[in-house]
Amino acid sequence: MRLEPAGAEALLLVLAEQPDAQLPLRIALLAERIRDELGPLLRDLVPSWTSLLLHYDLSRTDHQQLTARLTPLLQRWLAEPLPAEAGRLHEIPIWYAGADLAEVARLCRLSVEQVIELHSATEYRVGAIGFAPGFAYLGDLHERLTLPRRSTPRTLVPSGSLAIAERQTAIYPQASPGGWHLLGLCPWRLFDVRREPPCPLVVGDRVRFVAVGEQTFRAEGGPL
Amino acid sequence: MSGLRVLMPGPLSLLQDAGRHGWQHLGVSPAGPLDLHAAAWANRLLDNPWGTPLLEIALGHLELESELDSWLALTGAQVAATLDGAPLPPWSRFPLRAGQRLRLGFARSGQRAYLAVAGGFVAPPLLGSVSTQLREGLGGLQGTGEPLRAGDLLACQPASLARGASVPWPYQPDYRAPADLRVISGGDAPRFAPEQLQAFFTQGWQLSPQSDRMGARLLGEALHAPTRQWSQGVGRGAIQLPPDGQPIILQADHQTMGGYPILGWLHPLDQARLAQCPPHHELRFRPVEIGEAQAEVREFYRFFGR
Repeated sequence: MRLEPAGAEALLLVLAEQPDAQLPLRIALLAERIRDELGPLLRDLVPSWTSLLLHYDLSRTDHQQLTARLTPLLQRWLAEPLPAEAGRLHEIPIWYAGADLAEVARLCRLSVEQVIELHSATEYRVGAIGFAPGFAYLGDLHERLTLPRRSTPRTLVPSGSLAIAERQTAIYPQASPGGWHLLGLCPWRLFDVRREPPCPLVVGDRVRFVAVGEQTFRAEGGPL
Repeated sequence: MSGLRVLMPGPLSLLQDAGRHGWQHLGVSPAGPLDLHAAAWANRLLDNPWGTPLLEIALGHLELESELDSWLALTGAQVAATLDGAPLPPWSRFPLRAGQRLRLGFARSGQRAYLAVAGGFVAPPLLGSVSTQLREGLGGLQGTGEPLRAGDLLACQPASLARGASVPWPYQPDYRAPADLRVISGGDAPRFAPEQLQAFFTQGWQLSPQSDRMGARLLGEALHAPTRQWSQGVGRGAIQLPPDGQPIILQADHQTMGGYPILGWLHPLDQARLAQCPPHHELRFRPVEIGEAQAEVREFYRFFGR
């Protein structure tokens, strides 16, 4: 574990060299405790696969003071057994009708049905949120579905698109450019600034995809 | 509410405040002014608190007509400002009456002018901020991340102040001078080959015309960077090295996470200087101790009441 300055107004905590299945939830628990401990000294806290970035208020604190306050908290966290709780579970409906579904099946030497089954049988974990507001990186995708990113990214991926790349899967909350393979569509809005909280997912949460037909997709609010 | 009517919006004029902080864990970029120094002075000239909503006007070429009596302050890029045709002094506050027209010409020095109004421009905040984020479609007058458009009304309150005021001349930067930018070492720097780090500091770089509010891109002799596997949180000023070896310095609209190796961070106060450099301006970098940089930033925040 390392604790190092990240410029004049941030501190990076590197918690492991490699991510593992339990790490996102453990990082989420640590993030919560750090928020409680530091309160208004923190301006932003960004969890990721193996690290936490703390943007702090330089008018009120500094690296040394933060290190002193974080050290006992980190020691307790390191000594703890794995968390008993499993993290919140979200069951997200997906209409598996993405533009790349047939292509993914061909590249993975599977049938379309097998692709859907392998994708929806896995329980995923939110490892990080970034790239765009509410874009949650979910792991680990079944190894039979591992594909590199598309050689030419699409200039426009429709909002709600469920996609895969490498060992990850994600839903594009807004229409944006993107290089992942599109498997399906989610009818829900996964980022909305007028909702509290704006994004239902946080790092450490669990996600399961439920295959639905077009009718359920429309009934759940999917765009026409 | 009454306010200032936009007759000519300029190529990219954006409403900005102190930025959208506290949402980076959901991937929301903070945005805010690119040049915090000029923005802070514009508000201070009007006795506005830090982060009062103001306009960031890229390249000038803007015209407004007032519907009320108030006071404005203009700082940053030199844009040949006139009020009903009469020239205005730079880095100053000035009164304007209902019916008067403020006109900004094209920027002659610097890239971004900041226009503040007494009491601030009024717009509905989203996630605690009115700052415009073009990529995410957040903030601005309508809340949809749009830049200023002809016909828009910049809502504000009438105000009256006793007399004019200007920023003391030693605090008015000369944006035509060479850009000498200071870098706080860290991140992946220890894993760079020493001669690669040296090459970063010894060569002159050019600011690429591909730069935007998300990142300032540099052009020069490519550097070789170590690889990094896992994306992590990134902040403003981070100097990233993508595989093509041309550094990118993250600015106000930066993404919240990144996977490129980082060789250090630009001194927060020098990010303001970088924001005023035109494309192809020569940039030179030198190291600064983190403690020295932090002391200066703290003093800056104290002075401007952040």
